[in-house]
Amino acid sequence: MTGMKMKNKTLKSNLITYGIVVAAFVVVQILLQTGSLSSLMKGLLIPLCVYVVLAISLNLVVGISGELSLGHAGFMCVGAFASAFFSKCTEASITVGPLRFCLAILTGAVFAGIFGILIGIPVLRLRGDYLAIVTLAFGEIIKNVMNIFYIGVDSNGFHFSTKDQFSLGMEADGKIIINGPQGITGTPKDSTFLIGVILILITLFIVLNLINSRDGRAIMSIRDNRIAAESIGINITKYKLMAFTVSAALAGAAGALYSHNLATLQASKFNFNTSILVLVFVVLGGIGNIRGSVIAAVVLTALPEMLRGLSDYRMLIYAIVLIVMMLFNWAPKALEWRERYFGRFFKKNAKEGE
Amino acid sequence: MSAVLEVKNLGISFGGLRAVNEFNLTIEKGALYGLIGPNGAGKTTVFNLLTGVYKPSEGSVLLDGQEMVGKSTIEINKAGIARTFQNIRLFKQMTVLDNVKAGLHNHFKYSTFSGIFHTPAYRKAEKEMDEKAMELLEVFGLDGDAGQLAANLPYGKQRKLEIARAMATEPKLLLLDEPAAGMNPNETKELMETIHFVRDHFEMTILLIEHDMKLVSGICEKLTVLNFGEVLCQGDTSEVLSNPQVITAYLGE
Repeated sequence: MTGMKMKNKTLKSNLITYGIVVAAFVVVQILLQTGSLSSLMKGLLIPLCVYVVLAISLNLVVGISGELSLGHAGFMCVGAFASAFFSKCTEASITVGPLRFCLAILTGAVFAGIFGILIGIPVLRLRGDYLAIVTLAFGEIIKNVMNIFYIGVDSNGFHFSTKDQFSLGMEADGKIIINGPQGITGTPKDSTFLIGVILILITLFIVLNLINSRDGRAIMSIRDNRIAAESIGINITKYKLMAFTVSAALAGAAGALYSHNLATLQASKFNFNTSILVLVFVVLGGIGNIRGSVIAAVVLTALPEMLRGLSDYRMLIYAIVLIVMMLFNWAPKALEWRERYFGRFFKKNAKEGE
Repeated sequence: MSAVLEVKNLGISFGGLRAVNEFNLTIEKGALYGLIGPNGAGKTTVFNLLTGVYKPSEGSVLLDGQEMVGKSTIEINKAGIARTFQNIRLFKQMTVLDNVKAGLHNHFKYSTFSGIFHTPAYRKAEKEMDEKAMELLEVFGLDGDAGQLAANLPYGKQRKLEIARAMATEPKLLLLDEPAAGMNPNETKELMETIHFVRDHFEMTILLIEHDMKLVSGICEKLTVLNFGEVLCQGDTSEVLSNPQVITAYLGE
């Protein structure tokens, strides 16, 4: 039956995506064992995982739900701060590192998800360019609000201020957790490459399965034709908000991974440039193409480091790679060329599938 | 026979323009009803009023005795009115099968949790949806194209897919907005047969807008002619088409 055949095809394609991630993990582990990975690349492993998760989650909004969001770093920021705050508070009471970190990731995801709902309700009434600009504004608002937060804890409990650390009015034994623009320092370094890869796999699992479910179909139908979706009884607001919230929560989880890899967590890191960087991964990997997002995020994050030897020409080559990838993925001539030389190979595979 | 749709005194104004005025219409169950008239007469506006896209200034729309005015498009679809569009509106980047399965959205439910973790509830509902969707596609001769993207279908099949998707919502009343627009005579003939078959097979009540007089006279049992937002003439097809007023306003001498 055709329905079954199609399902097998998507299942196969999904398995390939998981396989690529697992294979990459194994290769890196081997390189680590043999010691052939530079310390720079080692330092890059966790940020790589962070950006892959971010790219997948942003693709859910941009590619699957079809709305351009420029405030993804804002949700990452919420997740990073919420999880780091959680870890700082429970460092003494939960001594098992991995368990505490899992709870921290969950906290980050939940908080970012809540922000996703709160921001999504007003923002998703807009469309296209207007929606993009308003998400950009919200991203900046989150960053700037986090910049003026001061939270401390002493024997009387939590103290909160938006002025400076002295207006917290703490006892002598007080400890500052969030210190305004200086952010959070001394978050336990719980992030590991293994947890990062697991987080990527979980993110892939959630996003790919969501796309292939009834909810995913509703989300994509709204993207393809809003009026027709409404005419067959699909609740536009509900499904747009669902995509936006799931995406925000996953970005929050990525934020948690990010914050537990840094000695100092500052809100100024989550600026417009970060949002754009993630959007570049999504666009170059192919809008709506989840596997493409994974590959683009890895290549484009690792590339500047790999080109370090070229010193001054580094960013020049980075830019050229961007342009070439763009052409390769989108230009009609390039697509034709790809079809001619690789098409045969893919077609053979497709026939085997049937 | 009982009336599926009863429209009374429906009207809407856009600013100073009276787009539809005192529109009355009664459609019996299982009828094939045509709505015709010159361009700009307000035919599509009537469809938009019936499906809740526009809120009427006055009047009432009763579907099986239930008031539709004031309900949203989504609620009206759930109550049992489905439609197609004059300019085809498919989910182009989705497969033909998924287009129909999207139409089944409100009839096979499972939670988001089930969807993500592929619980037995998900498997069962998806299997039933696949079967139901393939059944519908077969009726429209689209079962061979199930795996294709909707955008890659030829024009005639896109029109049919839109009807299949509307049928998937299990309506009581099907509204077709110029289903034969842009089709060649052969495709039109095939479409006529399909519409007839849908009516007989699903005992569907159908209201259609059309300019192709061959199609209208071929399958519609009753007609309403609109002109400048007003009902010009209403009744059996042969009577309406021989009415001198209709001939001057629309058909031409």
